[in-house]
Amino acid sequence: MNRGFTIPSFKLPGVFATIGAHLPQWPHSLALTTALNAAAKVGLLPADSLAQLDERSFVVEVLDAGGVAAFVYRGGLFRPLLTAPQAPDLWFQANLSAFLQLLARQEDPDTLFFKRELSIVGDTELGLLVKNMLDAIEWPSLPRLSPFQR
Amino acid sequence: MAARKIPQLICPAGSLPALKTAVDHGADAVYLGYRNDTNARNFAGLNFDHKAMIEGIRYAQARRCQVLMAINTFAQPGRFADWQRAVDGAADLGVDAVILADVGLLDDSSRRHPDLRLHLSVQGSATNYEAINFAQREFGVRRAVLPRVLTLAQVETVIRNTPVEIEVFGFGSLCVMNEGRCWLSSYATGESPNTVGACSPAKFVHWQRSPDGMATRLNGILIDRFADAEPAGYPTLCKGRFEVQGETYYALEEPTSLNVLEILPEIARIGVAAIKVEGRQRSPTYVAQVTRTLRAALDELASAEKGFSVRPAWQAELARLAEGSQVTLGAYSRPWR
Repeated sequence: MNRGFTIPSFKLPGVFATIGAHLPQWPHSLALTTALNAAAKVGLLPADSLAQLDERSFVVEVLDAGGVAAFVYRGGLFRPLLTAPQAPDLWFQANLSAFLQLLARQEDPDTLFFKRELSIVGDTELGLLVKNMLDAIEWPSLPRLSPFQR
Repeated sequence: MAARKIPQLICPAGSLPALKTAVDHGADAVYLGYRNDTNARNFAGLNFDHKAMIEGIRYAQARRCQVLMAINTFAQPGRFADWQRAVDGAADLGVDAVILADVGLLDDSSRRHPDLRLHLSVQGSATNYEAINFAQREFGVRRAVLPRVLTLAQVETVIRNTPVEIEVFGFGSLCVMNEGRCWLSSYATGESPNTVGACSPAKFVHWQRSPDGMATRLNGILIDRFADAEPAGYPTLCKGRFEVQGETYYALEEPTSLNVLEILPEIARIGVAAIKVEGRQRSPTYVAQVTRTLRAALDELASAEKGFSVRPAWQAELARLAEGSQVTLGAYSRPWR
């Protein structure tokens, strides 16, 4: 939860998207799938929900940074895709600040959706499952980072 | 001056982190449900399996927060045992009350678990004191949650004419269609909160990007089209925009959230026992933001020696979270007769 450090709403200047889109995209996919697999391995992601993701493809697009991560869940692992599928089962789009606010549990996904700051296109039920799966994660308490406390 | 009696704050828990957040931010009670169609928020990945349920109940009750279990859908033909099992489970786990809607289940539960406290769900659609007193007389119901269709004066009339505690909605996405009696979801999809535990189930919802924005379809029916920056709401038929006599607008209701901050003193004065926050489908972040805001307001109301005034920061916080980014007093305030 918000412990004194607030992520502001911002939009990166257009030049980031222009440059970002020309950079190779596989590092994003690799980083994200590595993190997701680590979370699954330590039991943060519930097994019954994970089972429902089998063979489903995902694209996470950071609009203002021009970054795209694409991956598929197959055989119990999140696997990066080198090229983003044309019609993934689920496609998330938002600016970097919205993704950061979501991850830090500073903003509610429905709030961002109502404000049109988060777009989820594709299989709506899958989207709901993923959203609820992320909401149900009990993050281990992190040590307080004193430089960031007010 | 003695502290004024204020309503209990009842907060939604769609997951264990949401439950803990509600407890930590000052809820007097949380409400939750099993991961199945025995409750009206039967969404993929939401709610509690047995292990999470045990941990959640323990966490809340150890911190003097009550746990209310919603078993508020209607038992489907041939499957009554599933609903009985849910009530048995709630009784075994020692919840503080179950929230039921189905008259058959109320009757059965009152006989098999005479010590289990029964609340009449909003899905039971009791909008007058005769209906509530019937539920009290026949099943020993101790509290009723009112549908969001009554004016404040009507709520007061109900309270004056029943021994049953009255709970009303205080914040959250608005359903003005007489909960428990609405046919719109069934009309479009063949499924409804009463039957499968979800209004406009996600499997029927499709969001489509197009050059002129985003279109929402429910089982193929176009219900709305949003320009890029336009606030959005949940994809239900009641909150769609339709062409009526040549004009396209929210013909049934606007996507909006109920917010009673402004009338909190009145709600306390007429003797409302509890106010409920809608939103088991929402994240722990929402639960934290709403719970702490309403807790602050209720505490100020309890201690206010003079007038109670709504702080702009509270209103701003709640408006930000609202569906369609706007709030309303809904049916509570209806000056016309």
